[in-house]
Amino acid sequence: MALVELRHISKVYRLGGEEIRALDDVSLDIASGEFMSIIGPSGSGKSTLMHILGCLDSPTCGTLQLDGTLIHDASPRQLAAIRNRKIGFVFQFFNLLPKLGVLQNVELPMVYSGLSARQRRERAMEALRLVGMENRARHRPSQLSGGQQQRAAIARALVNNPRLVFADEPTGNLDSHTGEVILELFRQLNREGRTIILVTHDPEIAAVTPRRIEIRDGKIAPEADATLAGTARFGTGAPASAAAAP
Amino acid sequence: MDFGNIVSIGFKEIWAHKFRSLLTMLGIILGVSSLVAMSALVKGMENGMREALAAIGGLEKIRIQPASELPVHQRHLADQAPGLTMLDVYALQQNASLVHTITPSIDVWGWGSRTVISRRGKSTRPHIFSGTWPGALELNEHVVEHGRMFNALDEEQARNVCVIGTEIRDDLFGDPEQTGREIIPLGEIIHINQQPFVIVGMFQHYESAREKRERDLARLRPAAAVTNAALSRSWGGRRRGHFVFRMKNDTVYIPLSTMLLKFRSVTGTNSLPDQRLSTLQMRIDDIGLLEPALQQVRNVLMMTHQGIEDFSFMTQEDWADEITAQIRNARVNRGIIAVICLVVGGIGIMNIMLASISERVREIGIRKAVGAGTGDVFVQILIESLVIALLGGLAGLVVSALLVHGIAAITPSDNAPVITVASMAVAFAFSAGTGIAAGLVPALKAARLDPIQALRYE
Repeated sequence: MALVELRHISKVYRLGGEEIRALDDVSLDIASGEFMSIIGPSGSGKSTLMHILGCLDSPTCGTLQLDGTLIHDASPRQLAAIRNRKIGFVFQFFNLLPKLGVLQNVELPMVYSGLSARQRRERAMEALRLVGMENRARHRPSQLSGGQQQRAAIARALVNNPRLVFADEPTGNLDSHTGEVILELFRQLNREGRTIILVTHDPEIAAVTPRRIEIRDGKIAPEADATLAGTARFGTGAPASAAAAP
Repeated sequence: MDFGNIVSIGFKEIWAHKFRSLLTMLGIILGVSSLVAMSALVKGMENGMREALAAIGGLEKIRIQPASELPVHQRHLADQAPGLTMLDVYALQQNASLVHTITPSIDVWGWGSRTVISRRGKSTRPHIFSGTWPGALELNEHVVEHGRMFNALDEEQARNVCVIGTEIRDDLFGDPEQTGREIIPLGEIIHINQQPFVIVGMFQHYESAREKRERDLARLRPAAAVTNAALSRSWGGRRRGHFVFRMKNDTVYIPLSTMLLKFRSVTGTNSLPDQRLSTLQMRIDDIGLLEPALQQVRNVLMMTHQGIEDFSFMTQEDWADEITAQIRNARVNRGIIAVICLVVGGIGIMNIMLASISERVREIGIRKAVGAGTGDVFVQILIESLVIALLGGLAGLVVSALLVHGIAAITPSDNAPVITVASMAVAFAFSAGTGIAAGLVPALKAARLDPIQALRYE
């Protein structure tokens, strides 16, 4: 069974009486251990898709099954618990809390899962080691470079051992070299067995993932651009089980 | 999310905005300190009043005075009204079993009376100049410290003897604070309205507990006492304490028969003899029997007065009730002021918390994205508000102690303010309540933030 099963998901916003269909009947499976990218221009609905996959938002209709549990009409509280335990987010602007140190930022998800201070410290240090930031634990985010901040953010996303990690334009705010390093880190994490979903508008970045899904006008485009195919050198060989909506 | 963590986040937020937090707390500090200071002042007032009440004879005393006006249906009988006379005293002694120590007196009241007491060129006017029976001693809580009270023999023979309060002694013979030694003028002759009287006794010096304490302190430090005296003198003379104590110290008692004979019979100054009494005082044994005792006394007096109700009762219960009412009013008034301060402080907190959360929308979004639930965010903001309020409350308690001392120093009075633990607890609880109430709306607002919107917020 797939890690994520998305069935006939639609998301409709109302803006001043006008109906905006951000997602239109999207169905998608994501297997455990996959490294995939969701691409699409801004306004295509890829962010909405990520929000629904990431349990930040609920679909207007359709069902989402995550790690064997059907998420249907979940309360904000339940969604928060799912985000906390099963999902990690990496953002374009890092979104570290400036008032907290790096270690405390990484500890943040565990604060909400009710771990003891000692466990939090140990696991946060472990996560920082994983991204090569263990010697920056005492720093403030403002004392770090962009790449270091993003690493800290990745450590925070990983610290609760989530089933799914979302990276929303993770290189968008970094220079190309640092971006490369961060992408390499994702590839490495994927090799270690983590399921990573990259959300980007940039086909070049999407090219590093073995599987790509393109969103256009709220739908999954029939097939990823043929010119992008074959550039995936670091794929894990996960089966491409995307089922485009008929 | 564990509690200690939220509290430490709250402290961090406050520390990150020290000045802003201080300004926010100021409202609570003022509210709490005014609440505690107000209640301390009221408590001091209450203590002073209770002390004064005890000093004038407690609750078991009944006083009967001539009524200033007859009841409406008896107005036409005004010229038949006998007033209080010795007949009433004898009738009550015979028939009113619930009261004892019935003591008649003729008082020449107040500074307006033309009583002048003089001795060797010095003169004074007593506050109370009263012809009475020895029972007055017990009824008015007087203690003769030097000499004796006049007795039945003095009364029988209408001797020219008097017992004076210390204030009279101070005026005629010298104040021990100035002369440096206490003069006990027993056997001296003073002239009351040109009539010579021998001083046979002097009361003790009456003062409130606070005055006594201050005087004892001053005695321990003689040098300081001098400067204090000079200071208070320059501020409009010596403070004489609560009027009850002042009144008692400024008293001259003479036997009733002497009063009648020397000041109320026909003399050069009095064209008509006036045998009427100014007051009749008596005591009851049991405060629970006050009502039946009053009824009994009334019945007896109605007989002797042929049904004309030209007398009125004064019980200390009236005064006690008045004290209670005054205390309650003061409490309510000052309580309202303090609560308004706290509400204003609460609004300040709410305002700052609202500003703080709109500043921290993104932070809230991040917290929600990593798994903070609605409840977690709600509790966090609420605790931050509570921490501000409680810090303000603690500071307020400290400020209130300073405030109370400041008030006591600026406006010295007998009613030393008393800070009670209960008032501090109430004020602290109020500040906590204010913190929670002020935090509710911002916390709710923060908890309801949509994580997606919050993350996008710039």
